Amino acid sequence: MTDTDTNKALIVLGCPEVPVQNAIAIYTAYQLKNHGYSFLIAGNPAVMKLLMTSDPEKHYIGKMTTLEKAVEEITSGDATYDLCIAFAHSDAGISYAATMKYLLPSARFITIVFGREAENISKLIEYEGEQIVEVAVHNPMQLRKKMNEVLGWDASKN
Amino acid sequence: MGCIEELTHEILAKGLTFKECREFITKTCPTIYHIQPGTKLFGEGIIGNPPIVVGTDGNTVVFPYVKPCHGTFILKIEDPKEATRLSIIGVKPNKR
Repeated sequence: MTDTDTNKALIVLGCPEVPVQNAIAIYTAYQLKNHGYSFLIAGNPAVMKLLMTSDPEKHYIGKMTTLEKAVEEITSGDATYDLCIAFAHSDAGISYAATMKYLLPSARFITIVFGREAENISKLIEYEGEQIVEVAVHNPMQLRKKMNEVLGWDASKN
Repeated sequence: MGCIEELTHEILAKGLTFKECREFITKTCPTIYHIQPGTKLFGEGIIGNPPIVVGTDGNTVVFPYVKPCHGTFILKIEDPKEATRLSIIGVKPNKR
């Protein structure tokens, strides 16, 4: 996949109770923007409030919507994506990721499984696609490193 | 609050994994159907690993309802129209 202005990405965020998610979400937005993607962030209202508080002038984050509206836009044919990065640290997070995977069969699909139970949660994945699994709770550095490797983001520029 | 939560509903189970919800609905509902993620029930796209198992018992519909911070609930809602619609849009599995 080449980085062009036409590339569209969807970032799917789970419950924000694990601290690294907010930081990694903003980092993901930063990298996608640097690589020429337009992107939408989908999450629950608490996720959106955290992101808006962290980046009030939207230097990194962009358009945001609820998970329900993101699903609705895809099923109605109003939205499609080349890349989907889904964050999950719980069974519910995997359910949302599985839904997006089903709805976006031709997108490059990467599931980021994190949190204390990352290894066990990753076993709940029943669909194909790339996975990054890291027991990250407070420290995002190892997860960030793995994302840099899988997504081809140049770590030296970070 | 989503529109499903505003409907009169009964929570049959909570705190189960999605896989356990499948098994619960399969064991407890006289009629079950498979639907795909994003299929609308009560006006909302249903979330979950495909195939999503939903059931009916007469005029009631039993289905998994996923909330990001609270996990998966199994809800029961009485609605003859939606139960009938489910019999049309749902796929009956070959074996139970």
